[in-house]
Amino acid sequence: MIVSKKILVFVESGENAIKPFAFEAIHAARILADALGGSVDALCLGIEKSLADSLVHWGADSVKIFVNPLFETITLEKALLSIEPLVNEQKPYAVFFSATTYGKELSASLSAKLNVGLLTDCVSIDLGKQGEVLVRRPVYAGKAISHVTLQGSGPHILSLRQNVFRGPSPDISRIGKVKLIDFKIPDDRLVLKIREVVRESGGQMDVTEARVVVSGGLGMQKPENFILLEDLAQVLRGAVGASRPVVDNGWRNYSNQIGQTGRTVQPDLYIACGISGSVQHLAGMSAAKCIIAINKDPNAPIFSVADYGIIGDALEILPLLTEEFRKVLGSSG
Amino acid sequence: MRIIVCVKQVIDTAARIELKDQKLDGTALARVLNPYDEFAIEEALRIRESKHDTEIVLVSLGAECFRDSLRAGLAMGADRAVHLMDPLFNNIDSLTTAYLLSQAAKLLGFDIIFCGRQAVDDDMAQIGPALAVYLEIPCITVVTQLDFLEDWDVAVAVRQIEGGTETIESSLPALFTCQKGLNQPRLPSLKGIMAAKKKEIETFDADKLGFSLKEKPSSNETLIHTGLSLPDRRGEGKIIGGSPNEVATQLVKILREQEKVV
Ligand SMILES: Cc1cc2nc3c(=O)[nH]c(=O)nc-3n(C[C@H](O)[C@H](O)[C@H](O)COP(=O)(O)OP(=O)(O)OC[C@H]3O[C@@H](n4cnc5c(N)ncnc54)[C@H](O)[C@@H]3O)c2cc1C
Repeated sequence: MIVSKKILVFVESGENAIKPFAFEAIHAARILADALGGSVDALCLGIEKSLADSLVHWGADSVKIFVNPLFETITLEKALLSIEPLVNEQKPYAVFFSATTYGKELSASLSAKLNVGLLTDCVSIDLGKQGEVLVRRPVYAGKAISHVTLQGSGPHILSLRQNVFRGPSPDISRIGKVKLIDFKIPDDRLVLKIREVVRESGGQMDVTEARVVVSGGLGMQKPENFILLEDLAQVLRGAVGASRPVVDNGWRNYSNQIGQTGRTVQPDLYIACGISGSVQHLAGMSAAKCIIAINKDPNAPIFSVADYGIIGDALEILPLLTEEFRKVLGSSG
Repeated sequence: MRIIVCVKQVIDTAARIELKDQKLDGTALARVLNPYDEFAIEEALRIRESKHDTEIVLVSLGAECFRDSLRAGLAMGADRAVHLMDPLFNNIDSLTTAYLLSQAAKLLGFDIIFCGRQAVDDDMAQIGPALAVYLEIPCITVVTQLDFLEDWDVAVAVRQIEGGTETIESSLPALFTCQKGLNQPRLPSLKGIMAAKKKEIETFDADKLGFSLKEKPSSNETLIHTGLSLPDRRGEGKIIGGSPNEVATQLVKILREQEKVV
């Protein structure tokens, strides 16, 4: 039997903005709360009150903003000291995080603090026939899916993969409670200090957040040719990904690597250019909604997961594709 | 200084996963040291190269075959290896694993703990942060660069976050989870492999770790694992033929009108 039906969402923010993937977590919580007849609570650290409305529009019933000058930078310690007492007090059925660097370490730490189970990188949360909550998450870097049933009254701690729980659009007529709460942090217990945050150059989107990922492998021949991918990514408002040898050669930053020992992405569109499609690479991208492969070799394994394949020279086709997209997207705004 | 490196044996990343009765049939699959743990071991070795009075202790909890990963780490150059093994440790969950690792770490003593960013089998990324909580030490995850201030009492870590990097400072003792980019793990030398064969692997059992099933923190009752499935098979792909120009026009049309992804 599920006693509390409250779902608490930890909202990630930075540079005084809510991270876009936090809305996905709110949206996922809303759907589960509706199915269970429960409510959605959001916890934010140090954001401006005016930002909280957007969380309500996406489905939060109430938003708590903890206020403390120390929240100018947020470390694992500060976040953990904030959320742990709240979970102990509210005893929610579930606590949702985004499966980001922050969300993963915070959810794992909270699970140890409370000695309760954790599910990382969840890709679906559904109600079963008996009203039980069923969760699926990829394991072996996406080569298999693990099925888990949540048992008991919780709190269950889940982090949600980015790009999977996107809602259609916010409902700006929704209303909810927004509360600012002065929150005391025992600052003698803080050890971690953030010295610097560096954004990737060019303001490029992170591959895990992007709806379109344009990826290049060794078939791109040389680092200079990645400009072709960047051009296409720019037109599609996407991000550039890469295979491992490309990263190992120093052509691209490691944060671009897609695959089992890189990033796992689930965009709407993944365009693989000059990538053979090794088991390790496929693990990181085969859950994309639509996959395009451009490869010279008709026998390249990448074609086995591609929805559409183009057998040909990526260096020749890419500029044409970019131009074509520019034409049609330009005309439609 | 003592550095503990937590390591795990995982199924080779090149392996194809096949299921039987919704379970992994892993008996025939090759196993390797978790790739992220290699960065962890390498980083410990590099610290020892500049701070000579450093002892590197590998710790692993798992089945008999996990000794291979300890041997692999010894061959890279670690000083000691401790295997946490006991029939009571069968089917424990990851929190219990983290708890047992914390018990071992307390027995061994440490200044730094390194873990991999995650194990590439269950991909939970839970052990590192949970271990830090049980030891009540700070934790920095997904580290791609690590430096120390002169007295070796403060660490400065660069780590990967979505869309950029973050530089975080921490006093020691602390726990770090290691990400690709941190270093280039060395291949074991022949001498290292021979030396590793001779080294004794210590075993800590439940008794030594002060563990009984009763007190274990467990999520086995709240998370019921009902099985594995393979990802949905993708439908038969379509090859788009024609001249490069035709191909580009056609593809854009399909993505816009049929797939509606752009
Ligand atoms: C432990 C471990 C972990 C790994 N983790 C990852 C990982 O996370 N991510 C990852 O990607 N790899 C990973 N790998 C590496 C993986 O096994 C492959 O080696 C790698 O993915 C191959 O990269 P690639 O496709 O770019 O290169 P290749 O396999 O060399 O393929 C290049 C492709 O380009 C095509 N080509 C050449 N020229 C052109 C052209 N002009 N136009 C179109 N096509 C062209 C060729 O036909 C070929 O198919 C890992 C390996 C190991 C052992």
